[in-house]
Amino acid sequence: MLAFVIRRLLQSVLVMLAVAFIAFSLFNFVGDPVSLMLPPEATQQDREEVRKTLGLDQPFYVQFKVFIVNALQGNFGISLRLGRPVSALLAERLPATLELAFAAALIGLFIGIPMGVYTALKRDSWISRVLLTASLIGVSLPNFLIGIFLILIFAVWLGWLPSFGRGDVTQLAFWSTGLLTITGLKALVLPSITLSFYPVTLIMRLVRSEMMEVLRTDYIKFARARGLTNRSVHFGHALRNTLVPVITITGLQLGGVIAFAIVTETVFQWPGMGLLFIQAVQFADIPVMAAYLCLIGFIFVVINLIVDMLYFVVDPRLRVERPGGGGH
Amino acid sequence: MKKTRQNKNDFEAEEIPPLEKGGEGGFMASRSTGTVSHPVFLRATKSCILAGCHFLRHQCKSPLAPLLQRGERDSVGGSTLKPLLQRGERDSVGGSTLKPFLQRGGRDAAHLLRIFATVVLLTLTAQAANAKTLRYASQDDPQTVDPHSANLLATSRVTGQIYESLVWRDAQWKVIPWLATSWQVVNDRTWRFKLRDGVKFHDGAVMTADDVVFSTERALSPTSQMRTAIQGIEAARKVDRLTVDFILTEPNPALLSHLTNFRIMNKAWSEKNGAARPQDYKAKEDTFSARNANGTGAFKLVEWSPDVRVRMVRHNDWWGFAEKAGNTNLTEVQMLPIKSPATRLAALVSGEVDIVIDPPTQDVVRLKRDPSLKVQDGLEIRIQYLAFDLFRDELLYGSEKKKNPFKDLRVRQAVAHALDPEIIKTKVMRGMARPTGTIVTPEVVGYSADADKRLPYDVKRARALLAEAGYPNGFEVTLDCGNNQPASDICQAVAVLLSQIGIKVKPNIIIQSAFYPKLEKFDTSFYLLSWGGGVTADSLYTLNLLLHSTGGKGEGDFNMGRWRNAEMDALIKSIRSEADGAKRNANIREALLIANRELPVIPLHQQRIPWVMKKNVDAAFTPVNTVYFYQTRLN
Repeated sequence: MLAFVIRRLLQSVLVMLAVAFIAFSLFNFVGDPVSLMLPPEATQQDREEVRKTLGLDQPFYVQFKVFIVNALQGNFGISLRLGRPVSALLAERLPATLELAFAAALIGLFIGIPMGVYTALKRDSWISRVLLTASLIGVSLPNFLIGIFLILIFAVWLGWLPSFGRGDVTQLAFWSTGLLTITGLKALVLPSITLSFYPVTLIMRLVRSEMMEVLRTDYIKFARARGLTNRSVHFGHALRNTLVPVITITGLQLGGVIAFAIVTETVFQWPGMGLLFIQAVQFADIPVMAAYLCLIGFIFVVINLIVDMLYFVVDPRLRVERPGGGGH
Repeated sequence: MKKTRQNKNDFEAEEIPPLEKGGEGGFMASRSTGTVSHPVFLRATKSCILAGCHFLRHQCKSPLAPLLQRGERDSVGGSTLKPLLQRGERDSVGGSTLKPFLQRGGRDAAHLLRIFATVVLLTLTAQAANAKTLRYASQDDPQTVDPHSANLLATSRVTGQIYESLVWRDAQWKVIPWLATSWQVVNDRTWRFKLRDGVKFHDGAVMTADDVVFSTERALSPTSQMRTAIQGIEAARKVDRLTVDFILTEPNPALLSHLTNFRIMNKAWSEKNGAARPQDYKAKEDTFSARNANGTGAFKLVEWSPDVRVRMVRHNDWWGFAEKAGNTNLTEVQMLPIKSPATRLAALVSGEVDIVIDPPTQDVVRLKRDPSLKVQDGLEIRIQYLAFDLFRDELLYGSEKKKNPFKDLRVRQAVAHALDPEIIKTKVMRGMARPTGTIVTPEVVGYSADADKRLPYDVKRARALLAEAGYPNGFEVTLDCGNNQPASDICQAVAVLLSQIGIKVKPNIIIQSAFYPKLEKFDTSFYLLSWGGGVTADSLYTLNLLLHSTGGKGEGDFNMGRWRNAEMDALIKSIRSEADGAKRNANIREALLIANRELPVIPLHQQRIPWVMKKNVDAAFTPVNTVYFYQTRLN
């Protein structure tokens, strides 16, 4: 187990190096930050000077090396747009993104699983069809459109919820949370629902198809033959056995939700990392972009690791196969 | 003074972030590949879809209902007090069931509670009546609040509220006394300013000549980006506590115009906080003055959370309240950056913000019909213009490799004749433009109406000129432009208009951050730019950067077509050293007429900027497209 974790962590370093490399090679095309940092009337000499001090006149591999060496020391440089350390900026924005992503993932689980179970068990009921159709909308509508629709309905027409921002936040040590104020909670509703559309539909469809698969297996038939109640068959045996793929997908989705929060954050002006990244792209703020992409890569790797470890918890067979493990 | 670039001192109203679209596209692609498609899904009916929506709405509504009901908008005192009042009442009911000797006490308690509640209610209402918070939204967020650090519009829109300059502008955009009460020209190279007495900084310190001298040194230091705003100033010298001399490198009749954007900081505060120099990118550190401010303006900064809000409160000791320099009744201002145009307008329509200064052009007509909103517009000091590569002997991006057709004046004239300003104004700009014939706008020192004349729209004449120049069938050329609005739309309109005379224009629309570096390398044959003159509002500035030949230090930096005209260079030189205002203006007029004759650039129009606000907002339009809160009211 420990060896497995260490191996995974080493792999994650490679993954992030690759991410940083790809990101860096792309950045050669995003334009020149100097032109946005200096006033238009700055002379060529001024521009060259700034380029030099920022190291932008160096060839690609030198810039990349400098970035990696600094990053290993925890220094991601200074944002060209805001003139502040990138690590501080990301740390400030991380809570907003994580709260949004976890809210969306929770909505995904708590709505997606029951809906999936229901549609698997009552395949022909009209509610199932409605849910399946709705989920089709969920997967096919782009996020920003869903966001704008929700804003139109709940902010403009009904006036119940704010259309942008994060409301009032409370600072708990290094973590700024919007979960402790009414305005913060209200502000969370629309973005998290927008962001959860895709996970909800995905989890629902996944649970449904897995569940239908499991319900056809022999042990379910045996369970029924033993005269177990429907409830025990469905939830004790069938649902449990569908959970392994659901955990994988939900885990990966969480990474995806964090990464793709960019769009939702832009629509709702949610002050998270995604919004920071979008601004950075427009400004060609290379340090922020590189650090963000590495962080997202890291989050994906960590989530994968946690998901793999959860398998051990959920699936007893994996524990049996482990050398030296208990069981019979 | 600035060119069209994203997040730059420029306009950029209504631009939809290009990467947002791209990002979403990529997102969708990755989504669809990761999705398992069930055929069952496709058996959807219309009613199912509707029912599905209903279901989802229900889902999100029910758990939140109590929350939502509680947070009724704008019910400042009422809703929070209701429970209090009810409780008071309940207490009295409870009291009556108690024993008689307690009964009286209970009733008294209830009575007291009621009085207390009324008092609280009254104070709250009074506060609500006095507290006037303006919520202002635009897509931009400042990069810094240091007034000398970044010469960008998004920044000066914030620093201009907090910090002030020695002279400022009135409603007609004429220079008026501000922190300085009077001035005199001692000699060609020395100007003496008398400072206003008793001007207080936000920390309580009183402004003196030391602060002005300090600010001058600071703005002239190498890390300052406001050097151009006060270019030509060599130094400031303190004469006495409230008198300062500015020493110029050469005579400058437009000095006052330049000084309007030079903002005064407090010496002691800056030095105490290690901010004696503007933020330095080389130092790679956070500068105190980039995040904190201490100015003399009508509003003081209390909070800046990037991408969330800039919050300012009224500076009650502002000298302008006593002097009637501003009539604001605001107690607080929140400047909210909202990147997505749709969200920004939704927030306005739903009443979460009071004013939006950059609505998408296409929505303005619809917003005008909304009875709760009003649209106020005005002309910005900014023109859109076309320019040619007049250096190379070939079209770098075009069909003519043997010679450069744009070097022939007749071809440039043909282009000018073929551009119909009315079409661009009505179809592309939806009326929000004033066609122009010159590169400076009426608000700028040295503007003359007789230079503001376009060649008439005349396709026949244009064709004849092209044929005369040896291109009866036209030629092909690529037109470079930025991807912001309205530049990309104008580009396409220009392509259509020029196709009438056989010039096949291929619009090449490039992301802003890559567009300018391309021009900087002169890597273009034909380009569209926008140019503002707001910082100094002086023609010399525009002439020097746009039309002076390139190569010199700080000359012709925006002459990306590398046009060279000895007559123009000589005129600009003479304008630079001319101390007599009238003569100077005559020379400027001469230079503008040369530009009209030679057509190194073809001005298209000056842009009309709409601000949308709630009916109760009273905000005066300024040609630099900035809301100044000291003259903004909430009725």
